[in-house]
Amino acid sequence: MTPSNTPPRTWKKPPFIANPLLRYGLFVMAAVYLVWAFGSLPFNWARISEGLPRAARIFSGGFPPNLERYELLLTGFKESFQIAILATLLGVLLSIPFAVMAARNIAPLPVYLLGRSIIIISRSFHPVIVAILFVAAVGFGPLAGILTLTLYSIGFVGKLLAEEIEEIDWGQVEAMRSTGAGYLVTLFYAVFPQILPRQVGLSMYQLDSNLRASAVVGIVGAGGIGGTLMNAFGRYDYDFAFAILLIIIAVILLSEGISGWVRKKIW
Amino acid sequence: MLEITNLVKRYGHSEAVLKGLDLRVEGNSVVSIVGASGAGKSTMLRCINRLVEPTSGSIKLNGTELVNLKGAELRRARRKIGMVFQGFNLLDRLTVMENVLAGRLGYVSFYQAISRRYPPADIERAFVLMERVGIAHYANKRADELSGGERQRVGVVRALMQEPDVLLADEPTASLDPRTSEQIMMLLQSLASELSLPVLINIHNVAQAKTYTERIVGLRHGKMIFDGQPADFNKDALDAIYGGIEAPDDAITEQLGTAVEEPRHDAV
Repeated sequence: MTPSNTPPRTWKKPPFIANPLLRYGLFVMAAVYLVWAFGSLPFNWARISEGLPRAARIFSGGFPPNLERYELLLTGFKESFQIAILATLLGVLLSIPFAVMAARNIAPLPVYLLGRSIIIISRSFHPVIVAILFVAAVGFGPLAGILTLTLYSIGFVGKLLAEEIEEIDWGQVEAMRSTGAGYLVTLFYAVFPQILPRQVGLSMYQLDSNLRASAVVGIVGAGGIGGTLMNAFGRYDYDFAFAILLIIIAVILLSEGISGWVRKKIW
Repeated sequence: MLEITNLVKRYGHSEAVLKGLDLRVEGNSVVSIVGASGAGKSTMLRCINRLVEPTSGSIKLNGTELVNLKGAELRRARRKIGMVFQGFNLLDRLTVMENVLAGRLGYVSFYQAISRRYPPADIERAFVLMERVGIAHYANKRADELSGGERQRVGVVRALMQEPDVLLADEPTASLDPRTSEQIMMLLQSLASELSLPVLINIHNVAQAKTYTERIVGLRHGKMIFDGQPADFNKDALDAIYGGIEAPDDAITEQLGTAVEEPRHDAV
């Protein structure tokens, strides 16, 4: 087809960054930053070399894991489950009104801004930081954990749910309005049924995520298995601490499997 | 009686979509509104039940001015205006019966709506109307399990549940196959006379407009340029409404462009 006297045409994928100066400049900057960061951060090599045998001692102390005090472990896990389930229920229920407030298509502008700010604020701190605040406010124990994880769930579920509301089929809302239905009734008939499957899926995911987080916030005193783990470390009970860690991993794997299975069934 | 006077609608600062429209619909007449895409048919219909806010003008239904109603008054007025949509706009995840009863949402209390405890008279009316259009056996089926024609029947029954004084149909047959769309047009025509209800139908299909309605209103660029009986709707009227919009050269690109937004089957 092509005339034989023309050279074969070539093709090369165009570079991701078109400007060559910018392209190579970015590489150079990354390299310079790495050298500077390693050079200026205070790595104390002497202490690190001292610490390595200590780490080895802790780990060898953890073997074999010791399950003699399994009652403590059970109480800790029971509390963690209670915290996670309660926080999930509260958080998922409360996330619905906040999601409605934060959905631009159904909330008036001032309400939308308020709803968005609440969600942004509740998402801007890691649960551990929130837990420290709540422990300071309401004292050690599961209440701090429940409050922390409820807030965390409102932020996460509320944000995703608000985005889901913004993507609903608007025709159903118009149809309800055209029958003369009020705002709340329209929400219950045209909006909530459309986001229900997503809400159930998010709840399952959130339960799983709260279970994991409840172990972490326990470390700063918000109750549950995290507290048990911290106590074990504090008493140099490395074998018991190691047993707790192994069980936490097993429980989280199990809950992830279950919630993944449930979500797949729903979608 | 529906009376539209000097209706203007402008979106933002762009050119007006409706430029001073006048229309009177009396008794139980079936009126079809024809016009090319963008002529303002849908905007006009949506101004009547205020899904779209008119810029100026007056719309009166049985003497009540609709244009400046607010809140509860607007909702009360909307109860008397039934609407049927091109995309059906059913509550897909709810049952057919719930969709039909949703037509009563302007009348029942919040508690009755949420708990589905509708008054017995409403439920009886729902069954009667569903039997009339042949969907009563689907009462407990989910709305998204039905076929297109069946879903539009649900849409029509939902609108009739409102006990409307006027029925608006925004391209009710454009998402349906030709045969089903004939059935829906026939249904609208006979329901209008049975319930002595005025019906306004936006429609692309001129042949169907001529067959099933007794008055044709033609819109172009937001102005009414034809108003008369189907017998008077001749080649000149057709050219005036659609002429020059699809130049022969652009015919193919034009078709591709419009096919995406609204599947149509004009038998011009």
